[in-house]
Amino acid sequence: MKRRLITLLRIIHTGTVNFIRNVSLAIAAIAVMVVTLTIVLFSVITNATFTNTIANITSKIDVSVFLKDSTTEAQAVSFVNNIKKQPNVTKVIYLNKQQALQAYINQNQGNQDLITAATETGNPIPATIEIFPSNLNDIQGIKTYLVKPQYIGLQISGSPSYNGSKKVAIDNITHATDVLRKIGIITIAVFAIICALIIFNTIQMAIFNRREEIQIMRLLGASTGYIRGPFIVESIIYGVLAGIFSVLIINSAFLAASGALQASSLGLLDINYANQYFDGHFWQLLTLQIAIGIIIGTVSSVIATRRYLKFKTH
Amino acid sequence: MILLDRVTKKYPKADEQTALDRISLQVDPKEFVIVIGQSGAGKTTLLKLLTREERPTSGKIIVGGVDYDKLKDKDIPLLRRKIGVVFQDFKLLPNKTVFENVAYALEIVGISNREIKHTVPKVLSIVNLKDKANAYPRQLSGGERQRVAIARAIVRQPRILVADEPTGNLDPKHAWDVINVLEKINRFGTTVLLTTHNQDIVNKLKRRVVIIKDGKIVSDKANSGYKS
Repeated sequence: MKRRLITLLRIIHTGTVNFIRNVSLAIAAIAVMVVTLTIVLFSVITNATFTNTIANITSKIDVSVFLKDSTTEAQAVSFVNNIKKQPNVTKVIYLNKQQALQAYINQNQGNQDLITAATETGNPIPATIEIFPSNLNDIQGIKTYLVKPQYIGLQISGSPSYNGSKKVAIDNITHATDVLRKIGIITIAVFAIICALIIFNTIQMAIFNRREEIQIMRLLGASTGYIRGPFIVESIIYGVLAGIFSVLIINSAFLAASGALQASSLGLLDINYANQYFDGHFWQLLTLQIAIGIIIGTVSSVIATRRYLKFKTH
Repeated sequence: MILLDRVTKKYPKADEQTALDRISLQVDPKEFVIVIGQSGAGKTTLLKLLTREERPTSGKIIVGGVDYDKLKDKDIPLLRRKIGVVFQDFKLLPNKTVFENVAYALEIVGISNREIKHTVPKVLSIVNLKDKANAYPRQLSGGERQRVAIARAIVRQPRILVADEPTGNLDPKHAWDVINVLEKINRFGTTVLLTTHNQDIVNKLKRRVVIIKDGKIVSDKANSGYKS
């Protein structure tokens, strides 16, 4: 156990020393890794921001049911309870005639004529049920439920109503986001492969420069892990540094954007939210970046060293 | 104990050239055996088979109770730690001092720094290089470099020491320095297998001599001399 610990510490020490000695060789590998990880981080934040934007728009879409004045309070409450039981409904708000009028007045505070018209004609505003779907695609299912024969008689003509035009817009946004997400994944995959290949070559060059030393280590009885370990440590250092640099780059980009852009939104990309998301998840994102860097570095160095560490088989 | 039973080695890329042809050899513990032969006779191949740098094409090899047929790749480093090897070209690490080169053999097996500091000077005394501990290989003569290589080979106290033409690149004086060190190690109880083509050394040592010619053992005599 003690020997293993000593060996591990020696591997870490040797890897760190080798990294310092090969720093010029390492810069190229780290630079490519930084580009890859920056794209990964940008994609993660963009995805979170798009998801947030869609969620915001979705939350504004509801289905409204307007009840006839002849519908009793008991019928209305029973209807509301049945709607709440539907699986695709997240929230239901019931406003009786009086509450609906009050809501109408509140909404039109600046327009005295409308308020006067509504209050002086003996409350023309019907009792209203507002239904919020869990998913935009569920709206049609809710509407089908609401027009069942036992319920349609409770409603005035034109009920239920929902803002269908927004749904089309949101469908388009969702589709665009999906496409962007796929492009992001492909870009990340391509850069990850390029990055792995460059690290692979960097490590192979380092091995080539030290092949005689490796041969001597082999002959003296060094284990595969002892020889390979320092190369993996070197790659892990690349990954950690690249992860930190990528987070710093995005951080700097947000600082620059907040100073340069007056608008808080670039179309779907809400910079304020993106910034909040980045700040709120800083440590998770940093950990993610370092973890990805370590994985890319470790995998490529293990593959790069494998060829040189094989024993003769014939 | 070293045992080779009808061992053949053919190199596939060199027109199936047979480097060793059904050789059988037994070396007992604490023995000092000299393997002699012309260049290309198969001496180095024999040693490479013992350190498992090469695999035999056929035949059986058992060293220190380890049957090489049953040896897994992951266990090869463990086997090599039990065998000290001295190379004709020294194979020292140029960027490390004499002390560090010897210490290296202990570092890779996880020996603590404290133990290394205690052991290495003792071994350097055996090869008369204690005062050169901080020198780099480039600052040493050929004989001194070879003695560093011997120190590195014996620092883990192996039961078997394999020396491949250790005097090949040395003048007679330095060659005898190296041979004297090998004899000293043998007196401590280490089995020594030495390959050479230096007739003078063979004749003066009066040890068991195995002669290899064209990949075959043509003579195996105790307390023998040699005439080419």
